Amino acid sequence: MKELTISAEIPNLDTVIEFVNEELEAHDCGPKVQMQIEVAVEEIFVNIAHYAYQPQIGTATVRVEVQPEPQAAVITFIDSGVPYDPLAKPDPDVTLSAEEREVGGLGIYMVKKSMDDVSYEYKDGKNIFTIKKKF
Amino acid sequence: MLINKTANADELTIALDGRLDTSTAPQLEAEVNSSLAGVKKFVIDMDKLVYVSSAGLRVLLKAQKIMNKQGSMTIKNVSAEIKEIFEVTGFDELLNIE
Repeated sequence: MKELTISAEIPNLDTVIEFVNEELEAHDCGPKVQMQIEVAVEEIFVNIAHYAYQPQIGTATVRVEVQPEPQAAVITFIDSGVPYDPLAKPDPDVTLSAEEREVGGLGIYMVKKSMDDVSYEYKDGKNIFTIKKKF
Repeated sequence: MLINKTANADELTIALDGRLDTSTAPQLEAEVNSSLAGVKKFVIDMDKLVYVSSAGLRVLLKAQKIMNKQGSMTIKNVSAEIKEIFEVTGFDELLNIE
């Protein structure tokens, strides 16, 4: 397991993605899965950066673990910001026309649709969000 | 992300190179806000684009809404991985993908 604790700010997004990719690339998960995981990591980290500590800046911890047989990546995001369950948000209607579509809510929807498992808990003053994706 | 613009009368092609994410989507949004006046045919070439997140989708939707009022928008050279992102979010139905 590898862990990165970093200031939850948008300019650190690239560092977080690189950290996760370094772990994934050692395990050859394929380009499709890699992009799905990158999208999920971006959405969750950006959510923390935007909402967890506003107007202050706090830290986010990202843990990456690759499980064997069947191979899967388990990535956990921990922050000490305000309690926020992104999974509580209703899914956007993805069948609407361009004019009717809202611009928000797509990110977490993509996470739910592309990961094999997503979970949220608030424990000991921390938001803990975990995603799992099989290779 | 690099943005390469080619304008020809009322046609505009924007070629994207790199990643369209939270950090870079504002670059494309600035182009959409400043360059679409008078454009009837707008083409986004994704040949060198390797990644799109929801921040990128938001800007694509904004551009599509503008072009629905004044002409057409086409997206070309989409990779299999990005196509998958469009399909999951229903964007394959909203966008004209060549």
